[in-house]
Amino acid sequence: MGMSREELRLLREKKRLELHEGKDSENRIEILIGMGSSGIASGAKDILKTLSETLKERGINNAMIRKTGSLGLDHAEPTLEIKMSGMPDIIYGKVTSDVARRIVDRHILGRELVCGHVFDKPAQDVVKEPEHAI
Amino acid sequence: MPYKKFCLVCSGKQCASGQSEEIYKELKKLTMEKGICQDVQIVRTGCFGLCSKGPIVKILPDETFYVNVGVKDARAIIDEHIIAGQPVENLMLRHENPAKESRFYQKQVRIALRNCGIINPEDITEYIARDGYAALSMALFEMEPKDIIEELKKSGLRGRGGAGFPTWMKWKFTHDIRDQADEIFIICNADEGDPGAYMDRSILEGDPQSVLEAMALAGYACGSSMGYIYIRAEYPLAIERLYKAMDQAREYGLLGKNILGSGFDFDIEIRLGAGAFVCGEETALIASIEGERGMPRPRPPFPAVKGLWGKPTVINNVETYANIPKIILRGGDWFSRIGTEKSKGTKVFALTGKINNSGLVEVPMGTTLREIIYDVGGGIPNGKAFKAAQTGGPSGGVITAEHLDTPIDYETLGALGSMMGSGGMIVMDEDDCIVDVTKFYLDFSVDESCGKCAPCRIGGRKMYNILRKITMGKGTMEHIQQLRALAVPMQKASLCGLGQSAPNPILSTLRYFEEEYLAHIRDHRCPAGVCKALVTYTINPDICIGCTVCSRKCPNNCITGERKKPHVIDQDNCIKCGICYEGCKFGAVQIA
Repeated sequence: MGMSREELRLLREKKRLELHEGKDSENRIEILIGMGSSGIASGAKDILKTLSETLKERGINNAMIRKTGSLGLDHAEPTLEIKMSGMPDIIYGKVTSDVARRIVDRHILGRELVCGHVFDKPAQDVVKEPEHAI
Repeated sequence: MPYKKFCLVCSGKQCASGQSEEIYKELKKLTMEKGICQDVQIVRTGCFGLCSKGPIVKILPDETFYVNVGVKDARAIIDEHIIAGQPVENLMLRHENPAKESRFYQKQVRIALRNCGIINPEDITEYIARDGYAALSMALFEMEPKDIIEELKKSGLRGRGGAGFPTWMKWKFTHDIRDQADEIFIICNADEGDPGAYMDRSILEGDPQSVLEAMALAGYACGSSMGYIYIRAEYPLAIERLYKAMDQAREYGLLGKNILGSGFDFDIEIRLGAGAFVCGEETALIASIEGERGMPRPRPPFPAVKGLWGKPTVINNVETYANIPKIILRGGDWFSRIGTEKSKGTKVFALTGKINNSGLVEVPMGTTLREIIYDVGGGIPNGKAFKAAQTGGPSGGVITAEHLDTPIDYETLGALGSMMGSGGMIVMDEDDCIVDVTKFYLDFSVDESCGKCAPCRIGGRKMYNILRKITMGKGTMEHIQQLRALAVPMQKASLCGLGQSAPNPILSTLRYFEEEYLAHIRDHRCPAGVCKALVTYTINPDICIGCTVCSRKCPNNCITGERKKPHVIDQDNCIKCGICYEGCKFGAVQIA
């Protein structure tokens, strides 16, 4: 389907809005799961399965799971990032199936953080940051 | 009622020694006292890095970062920040040099890894949403090929695969002869082979489109319409995602004929390598793509003039490409403000070995080893002492404790007798034997030598054999001279970088750890207790309580002793497996 330059620009804006709205909208929950080699080797596929099952069991149908590459926190794999309104974006590491269930029950439903598994963002986002920030 | 604020207390291993547990308890107690435990949650976290400034407390959603927090500071954090909403100024991180430092507390700056872990690598629209293909679109419609090269020149970007050759020069060589050539090729070198390095894999798995976009930019700048990605078959996930990325890019008209209606054609194919280290060398890589045996050829002519099928060829590494779209979009000046005088931008390191937070880190050039190991990497596990960091893989060398504060860039690493290489950084502690590690790298180079030229084929084997003798306690003082004597001709006469750099680990470790070599040779002793032939395990009768764990675990049944009485190792039958040493909870088994 070849695109023109203008179509590329429109697509970027549309998608940006879609991802941005997702973050702010009252009822959408975004779960990013690191599925690089190191994440998968540490069991990310099992975590993905547990997460989708638990979300289903709890009747949560507004959560969107997105598979990403590795954040680079290989010592803490598997990693998840949860973005939802009313809560700061949080990266969880060393996630086991049990921790994944606790994240659904406590973080997503209970709006509290799961102790011992919160990790820090490794760097500021260079794509979003304003000009001359560095 | 949901919590209004979250108070994160870093509970990494080093912070734990700096009373983070007491701070956690104090904060908890204070929230109960003030009746605000419904409003703020106190949370223990994993290691946040920046351990030299620990304990660390971070308040969310305010993103306030407190350092060197003591138990006595808990009250100020609760009263002033949580209750009154005023951040506690004197606990906030201050930079020694605010003009030079970034305004962020994180040491990392992610340019090459900007999308890794953030976008879905299998969805091109997520890449596009984060400025993907904006650089290509701008270049095709607003820039001449020479403008792109000019931007790269301003940026100061140098090859991230090893040698650090200025990227713009490679492009310019090809650009300048493009009218004389009927065909020009762009190659992406994804044959990542250094032990411990995996940044290229991670970029291709996490953000494949950025590499495709950069290759198209190279194509436009150098007058090429065809690119190849040479990637090892051992990276199945990266290959799968690359194929998906290429299919989507073609579907959206960002690869193929008439890209974005500009009239520019560019397409990419993948070539799989079988995992030979030498194929990361550019002329061997080209031979491998041509279907020949992967062996290097003498340069010049350089590939920029005469490369794939005898045509001018631009060849860059994955990480180099991943930087380029961002450089074009934000300008070379922006990029050149990051880093040191001669090494611009950032470098991704794969931090592995004896380090708490192993993983991929991207830091500005000029960051010190201490910052990488202690602030980003969280330090050495179990409180062991730092011995050295190995960079540059089998072509590099070691950086020792006395150079922990040297700003790292291409020049400083070279001056220290190591090299940047692709960015593998293996941290060693006091338990690692430097001769054994060097033997490992030589073993690797000997194994991977293609055998075409004699200095590498024979010299490498000779040096490996000498190292083997030394680790077995059969070394002589002449061996040290022989190692040095073999290294120089090998560096000078080998055909390609693999052979020329294979002696580097030996020269570097001889430079900093000659004493340790001598201990093996003269005293028949391995100070780190690694070289089995030189180690004796004994049980200290004053410490042994006779728990019998060692005698039960000994695979050769050569530890005897009565329950609750000191045990003894039968030295004649000991196979030096070290299981008793690792298994003893009391430290009674000792290495001599």
